[in-house]
Amino acid sequence: MSCGCCSTDNKVQELDKIIAKYKDTRGALIPVLHDAQELYGYLPMSVQKRIAEGLGVSLAEVYGVVTFYTQFYLNPKGKYKISVCLGTACYVKGAGEIYDKISEILNIKSGECTSDGLFSLDACRCIGACGLAPVIMINDDVYGRLTADDIPDIIRKYQEAEAAAV
Amino acid sequence: MSEFVTLTIDGKEVKAPVGSTVLEAAKSAGINIPTLCYLKDINEIGACRMCIVDVGARSFQAACMYPVSEGLKVITNSPKIRETRKVTLELILSAHERTCLSCVRSLNCELQKLAQELNVQDIRYEGETQHYPIDDLSHSIVRDPNKCILCRRCVSVCKEVQTVSAIETIDRGYKTIVASPFNMPLKDTPCVNCGQCIVVCPVGALREKSSIEKVWDALSNEDLHVVVQTAPAVRAAIGEEFGYPIGTPVTGKMVASLKKLGFAKVFDTDTAADLTIMEEGTELVNRIKNNGTLPLITSCSPGWIKFCEHFYPDLLDNLSTCKSPQNMFGSVLKSYYADKMGIDREKMFVVSVMPCTAKKYEAERPELASTGFPDVDEVITTRELAQMIKEAGIDFRRLEDEEFDDPMGEATGAGVIFGATGGVMEAALRSVPYLLTGKDDDNVDINVVRGVEDIKEAEVEVAGVKIKAAVAHGLGNARKIMDKVRAGEADYQFIEIMACPGGCVCGGGQPIQPASVRSDMDLRVERAKALYQEDQNLTLRRSHQNPKVLKMYEEYFETPGGEKAHKLLHTHYVARENYPEDKAQK
Ligand code: SF4
Ligand code: SF4
Ligand code: SF4
Ligand code: FES
Ligand code: FES
Repeated sequence: MSCGCCSTDNKVQELDKIIAKYKDTRGALIPVLHDAQELYGYLPMSVQKRIAEGLGVSLAEVYGVVTFYTQFYLNPKGKYKISVCLGTACYVKGAGEIYDKISEILNIKSGECTSDGLFSLDACRCIGACGLAPVIMINDDVYGRLTADDIPDIIRKYQEAEAAAV
Repeated sequence: MSEFVTLTIDGKEVKAPVGSTVLEAAKSAGINIPTLCYLKDINEIGACRMCIVDVGARSFQAACMYPVSEGLKVITNSPKIRETRKVTLELILSAHERTCLSCVRSLNCELQKLAQELNVQDIRYEGETQHYPIDDLSHSIVRDPNKCILCRRCVSVCKEVQTVSAIETIDRGYKTIVASPFNMPLKDTPCVNCGQCIVVCPVGALREKSSIEKVWDALSNEDLHVVVQTAPAVRAAIGEEFGYPIGTPVTGKMVASLKKLGFAKVFDTDTAADLTIMEEGTELVNRIKNNGTLPLITSCSPGWIKFCEHFYPDLLDNLSTCKSPQNMFGSVLKSYYADKMGIDREKMFVVSVMPCTAKKYEAERPELASTGFPDVDEVITTRELAQMIKEAGIDFRRLEDEEFDDPMGEATGAGVIFGATGGVMEAALRSVPYLLTGKDDDNVDINVVRGVEDIKEAEVEVAGVKIKAAVAHGLGNARKIMDKVRAGEADYQFIEIMACPGGCVCGGGQPIQPASVRSDMDLRVERAKALYQEDQNLTLRRSHQNPKVLKMYEEYFETPGGEKAHKLLHTHYVARENYPEDKAQK
C-alpha cells in the first residue's frame, strides 16, 4: 500500500529492486506488475514504462497485460472503493441502474477515481451475496437490496464523514 | 532430408513432412481449408477457428496449428464442420461494421471473400457492436477498429518482424481491441509508418492516409505545374492491380497512365537514386579517407530513419546525411529543374508515387524543404495510383508504352534496383571503385547482396581500400545489426538498411495480396525479379554514367558533396522520445 510518506525517488529505487529481483526469471512481467502495484497502489504510465525498459519488453506488451487482468489498475483507487456487482443475480435485479447512478453522481466510469481521490468505481463479478441482490461494496461495507434512489444518501454518508474529519 | 508421414485427408492418402500442419498437408493435396487469421510465417496462432477440421479428437481442431502425424485421419468437410465454421463466421460478422460498399478493401477483403465462399446469406446473431473512434492523426496510417476482426496479424508483424511493437491486443472479452498503449494515437507512438500492418491486414481495418483528393485538386488547378515522380518498386507491382501476374514490370504503361491522368511531366525517381549514389558514395569515400564516423548507414528508407531516431538515437551520426531519393528529387525539381525551365517554384507541385507509407510522413518533415517550399507536396502509394487510374476510367492494359520525360528522364540500372533489398548496396558498389580511383572495375552483377536472406555481407577491395558491407531488410534484422554496431562488435564500413522485408518492392503502400497467395510464393522474390530484369536490359548500369546526373553537376551542383549539393540534397536527424507521457489518453 502506498503510505504517501516516502519520496518518489525512493519508490523508483524500490521499483528498480523489484525489476532486478525478477529480471532473469521466466514470466517476470506479472509478478513485477503485481509488486509494483503493491508499491504504488496502481500502475501509472511512468511505472509501466520503467518496467518495460527494465525487462526489455515493449510498453505495448506491458499495457496489454495490465488491461487483460482485472487485478491490475490503471488509475489510483479512491479512499473509498466502490464495487458494483454486475453478476447475473444483481444484473437482473437492476444493478445496471445502480451503476449508472453512481457513475452519474461521481462523474467517473469503472476503473476511474474522482479527482479529490475520495471515491473509485469498479464493476465486479458476483461477490457471493446474491440473496441481497443488487449489491454494492464500499471498502468492506456491503449494501444490499438497493434501488437507484438509495445511492445519493449512501454516498452523502461518506462525504459527510470525510467533511467532519477535516 | 526431412522425414515424411502418411496421413489421410478426406479419404485421400497424403504424404507430408514431419512438423508440417494439417493445413499445409491439405493444401499440397489440393484441398482448401478456409482460414482467416493465419498468415504463413507471420501469424500462426490459431485465433479465429475458421480452419477447424475433424481429426478424430473430442472437439474439432484448428488445421493451421494441428501437426500431422503418421496414420492421422482428417475430415475437412462435413455438415457439422460446415455449420460450425459458418457459425464462427457469422459471429465475427455480427460484430463487424459491414459497410462493404464504401470500404477500401471491398473486392480484396479476406472476410468478404470467406462470407461468399461459406455462403453466408443471413447473419443470425445480433452482436453487441461497439463504436470506436477512427485514428487518422498519423500522416501515414489510418486505423479503424470497427472493421478489425482481431486476427492479430498486424500485432505480430509490428512486434516480431519489425520489433517496433506500437500496437497490441488490449483489454479482454468483448472489449478486446487492437490499439497502442494508453490508447495513444499512432502518431505519438514509436510507429515508424512502415505500413507492414496494412499489407497483412485481411480486412479494411488499416489503410493509408489517402492523398488522392489532394492530387485530383492539384491536377485540376490550372495555375499549378504538377509533376510526378515514381519510385522503382511501383512499376514492379502496380500491374497486380490490373490482373498481371506478380513480378510483371509495367513501366511503359504506368508512365502512359500518369500522362493520361494529366501530370505535366512524368519523372523517374531512379534518376535521384543515381544522384543519391553519387552523394552517398562520395560521403563513404570521404568518411573512409578522413576517419569519419563509420559504418556509414543508408538513409533512403524513412521507416528505418524513424526507427533509428527512436531506438538508436545515439547512432544518428552513422546515418548518411543524404536525403532519400524521393526528397532529393523533389528538391532538384524545385531548384535545378524550375530554374532551367523558368517555372516559378511557388507554382510547382511535386507528387510522388511510392511503394511506401512512411514516405508520406517523410514528406511532412519540416526540415525537408530546402528551397523554402516542401521538397514533395503529396505522396500517393502504388495502391492509390491504381485507384486513381480506375477512377479516371483508364484502360490500363490497353495503353501503349510511353517513356519518362526529359530533362530528368534517364536512369541507370543501378537506380532501378534501389527498390529491392541489397539494391542500394549493389548500386553503391558499382560506383565506389570509380569514385575512389576514377576507373570502373569489372563487377556489375554483385550477386552476394541480392536475395532475401535476413542479413547479407560482402567484402570488396578497391585500390587497396577494403570495404566490408552488410545489408539488412525488415527492422528486426536492422535491430540485430544495430545492436552489434552499438556494442562495437561490427567491423563494417557500410550498411544498407530498408525498413520493409524484401525492401521497397514489399513496402506498405504496395498492392495487397491475400494470405492464400502469400502461402504459395515469396512476394519479395517475385517482385524483385521485375527490377533485376529491367536492370539487365539497360545499357547504362552504373549511377556515375547517368548523363542526366552528370549534366546536373555540370550545370548546377558542381561537385558531389559540394556546398550547393549539401544545401539541397542533404539533411539531418533528431532523437525522438518513445511514448512521451503527456500524450497518454484516458
Ligand atoms: S472489411 Fe471486408 S467485410 Fe468489412 S466492410 Fe470492408 S470489405 Fe466489407
Ligand atoms: S506502420 Fe509499421 S510500425 Fe507502425 S504500427 Fe504498422 S507495422 Fe507497426
Ligand atoms: S487491424 Fe487488421 S490485422 Fe490487425 S487484428 Fe485487426 S483485422 Fe487483424
Ligand atoms: S450476482 Fe451479485 S452477488 Fe452474486
Ligand atoms: S485458427 Fe486457423 S486460420 Fe485462424
